[in-house]
Amino acid sequence: MNGPNNAPGILDRRQVLAGGGALIVSFSLTDAFAQDQAAPAAAAHPPKWIGSLKDTPFLDSWVRIDADGSITVFTGKAELGQGFRTAFQQIAAEELDVPFKSLTVVTADTGRTANEGYTAGSHSMQDSGTAILNAAAQARALLVAEAARRLDVPAENLRTENGAVIAPDGQHLSYGDLVAGDMLHVQAQPQSKLKDPATYTVVGQPVPRVDIPAKVTGGAAYVQDMRLPGMVHARVVRPPSYGARLTDCDTSAVENMPGVVKVIRSGHFLAVAAKKEFQAIKAMRALAAAAKWQETAGLPKQEDIARVLLGLPSQDSTIFTRSNPSAVGQKTVEATYTRPYQSHGSIGPSCAVGHYVDDLTTVWTHTQGVYPDRQGIAEMLRVPPAKVRLIHVEGSGCYGHNGADDAAADAALIARELPGVPVRVQWMREQEHGWEPYGPAMVTKLKASLDDNGAITDWNFEVWSNTHSMRPGGAGTLLAAQHMAQPFAVPAPKPLPLPEGGGDRNAIPIYTFPNAHVVHHFIPAMPVRISAMRALGAYHNVFSIESFMDELALAAGADPVEFRLKHLDDRRGREVIEKAAQGFGWQKGRKAPQGRGFGFAFARYKNLAAYCAIATEVEINHETGRARLVRAVAAVDSGQVVNPDGLVNQVEGAIMQSMSWTLYEAVTFNDTRITSIDWQTYPILRFDAVPDSIEVHIINRPGQPFLGSGETGQGPAAASVANAIANAAGKRLRDLPLTRQRIKDAIDV
Amino acid sequence: MTTLKVNGHDHQVDADADTPLLYVLRDDIKLNAAKFGCGLGQCGACTVIVDGKAVLSCVTPLLLLEGKQVTTLEGLGTIDAPAPIQRAFMDEQAAQCGYCIAGMMMRAQALLLRNSKPTDEQIRAELEPHLCRCGTHMRILRAVHRAARLMDTAELSTTTQGSAP
Repeated sequence: MNGPNNAPGILDRRQVLAGGGALIVSFSLTDAFAQDQAAPAAAAHPPKWIGSLKDTPFLDSWVRIDADGSITVFTGKAELGQGFRTAFQQIAAEELDVPFKSLTVVTADTGRTANEGYTAGSHSMQDSGTAILNAAAQARALLVAEAARRLDVPAENLRTENGAVIAPDGQHLSYGDLVAGDMLHVQAQPQSKLKDPATYTVVGQPVPRVDIPAKVTGGAAYVQDMRLPGMVHARVVRPPSYGARLTDCDTSAVENMPGVVKVIRSGHFLAVAAKKEFQAIKAMRALAAAAKWQETAGLPKQEDIARVLLGLPSQDSTIFTRSNPSAVGQKTVEATYTRPYQSHGSIGPSCAVGHYVDDLTTVWTHTQGVYPDRQGIAEMLRVPPAKVRLIHVEGSGCYGHNGADDAAADAALIARELPGVPVRVQWMREQEHGWEPYGPAMVTKLKASLDDNGAITDWNFEVWSNTHSMRPGGAGTLLAAQHMAQPFAVPAPKPLPLPEGGGDRNAIPIYTFPNAHVVHHFIPAMPVRISAMRALGAYHNVFSIESFMDELALAAGADPVEFRLKHLDDRRGREVIEKAAQGFGWQKGRKAPQGRGFGFAFARYKNLAAYCAIATEVEINHETGRARLVRAVAAVDSGQVVNPDGLVNQVEGAIMQSMSWTLYEAVTFNDTRITSIDWQTYPILRFDAVPDSIEVHIINRPGQPFLGSGETGQGPAAASVANAIANAAGKRLRDLPLTRQRIKDAIDV
Repeated sequence: MTTLKVNGHDHQVDADADTPLLYVLRDDIKLNAAKFGCGLGQCGACTVIVDGKAVLSCVTPLLLLEGKQVTTLEGLGTIDAPAPIQRAFMDEQAAQCGYCIAGMMMRAQALLLRNSKPTDEQIRAELEPHLCRCGTHMRILRAVHRAARLMDTAELSTTTQGSAP
């Protein structure tokens, strides 16, 4: 899910570094590649495996070495708590042969880094990690070539160690001595001389995360912690519901409140800035009380959302079909699964700092896409993108498109009203819960037949869904731009293209069936504000497919693990399934203890990223219906592992979060307003439901491409828990979330 | 002006009496660790220690704090000289985004000050007011157990860094 590449990162960075002057780029291919140099046309279009180098091919967009020997690594991706800042640093240290701690990593900044679109879709390792791997390897080759020239020693006789090139006679030239001018300002070559993974000393190690020490000692770690000189605090008064119109607001009393600097009103956009934070909150409350809104009852019936979705117009496309008339089933099974709107639920509400100085608007933001968000904000401000700079600073974990981009737009809009004054905008809890774009509600209908041997002969899968991305690009996706005077209209939604897909992500089965038919019903109308949430449609599609595989296994009288393996050809997938089953102690016919159930599920995220299988044991209280995950054992294959502990942390987190979505979570609303506006009305996992244990087994694939694993666990965890509940309760639940009430109702029938 | 004792130092604070402690800590005293999560006492991200007890700073007004000792995560230790609980969270890599962690650590610290050898059940029960959205719970539990062991060792060697001021 890459964003639009509307501005080459290198030119942008150079412009900023050079004070805005235009840059004429000259190619200076060095001796290093003279012999095996590819044609320039090929060099401009390197093969896909070198990640984001294909869009930003200059090495110094990724690695900079200064004369003092200091090395900076640049990534256009945003650290969201996944830990890849550390992983990128490991990759660069490994390929450059420098100590891990000697590097600095600069993350997404429209003034300094490449445009890598959004940090989304488990793409960071594969896009940016791969680019850094290759850029670092090629930078090292250039340094070696320069040393060879200076020492008059063949390059193959030189080795690198600890930031220096070393000759057989012990002569020693540091990278800082060797680097000169624009040495790294060259386009990447199609092939890099990468290290043999067997010689890795940093990649593959559980290097401690570089960001954790500050986070556990009260260091400034988040955009929320920024304090610029003279900074004021702003709060927005959001409308009480979608489409509400501000009909009247007497702001005079608020303007005279202590500390208030300015009340900003533009159309239906209302905000206040004050010197101190709690003054801003008091002023916000007073302003909210003074505002008169006209609301419209435009929301569908929450309890009826599946029927509502099925009734909306859709654009239908068959996305997969396979036919073998000789395979005929005897027994047919059908099921419908539903998912409600679900919230990202960031623990820290969105925040941004805006600063408008000398016609340039700078916004520090926890957006996932500094470049696309800049484009939206520039359009909203009606200025060229070059007049806006977005700098990523970490926020609370987002798990997709939460309020980050909107808060950035709020900060930009308010900062324009207060030239020269830094403005920190902090959303309130009810604003994040009430206004974030949710993970879309979805419906899936499945139908399949089994032959006499218990093999699936035909498979029909239909999914109804909105798009799964209303991220910026255009201004119309931003709340401030929708609400301001001279507003921007919400752009028409688009389905996200396959093979990654959106509502149809993971809708195509990874299993091999003789007959298969998969239809995506894309629903353009969006009655509730939605966008990208971790795993997009894969969460519900994998929940559906993997629940249904268990229903079919039951109908076939087969063991769920055996049944999956029977229908799966993918070798790496089979190994992941076997590893999880083995780690869990899964045995055919083995019954769970009284009141408990075992569940199993598997997927390869997007059918092209990391593989993940999860076995779970769930306990059900038959009196209350309460389900608790007791233990989970996962196996994951995400290609070459860079930081095993980071990978384990991601998969553990995916299991816990997906379990929370699956057991508890649904956005609630009446005919006019969102009513799940805090943690009481939108309950999530608490410590009383934390499992006894989670084990994650990694299958490392040295030298294989990075596959990205931030989202691979979401679908399998949901289905595994659902399957364990079905195993324990003897009843199948198909409507998310699998609440205690629904479980109790199912048991009591 | 209110005098507030934070991490062993007196601060003269010019804020209304109804101002929640969270904003005094963040805005007036410029401390980062206590986090705004909900402002409603529902998530625990703002937790600090007042006179040895874990307190939700987002719903505790300044007027209740005159003469009391407030401890924030910054008061326990530093990057270079971390307190046992900070060392433990680093050792266990017990964070993803980390936004909830400071609050978790302060409640765990308060627990360990009154019960140096808590059971797993006691730790889970104690942390019930706290939310973590990244799903780092297993590591957080391990880190609190490790902190208990480290504090035990620290006490034996009489370096009691990390106990209440």
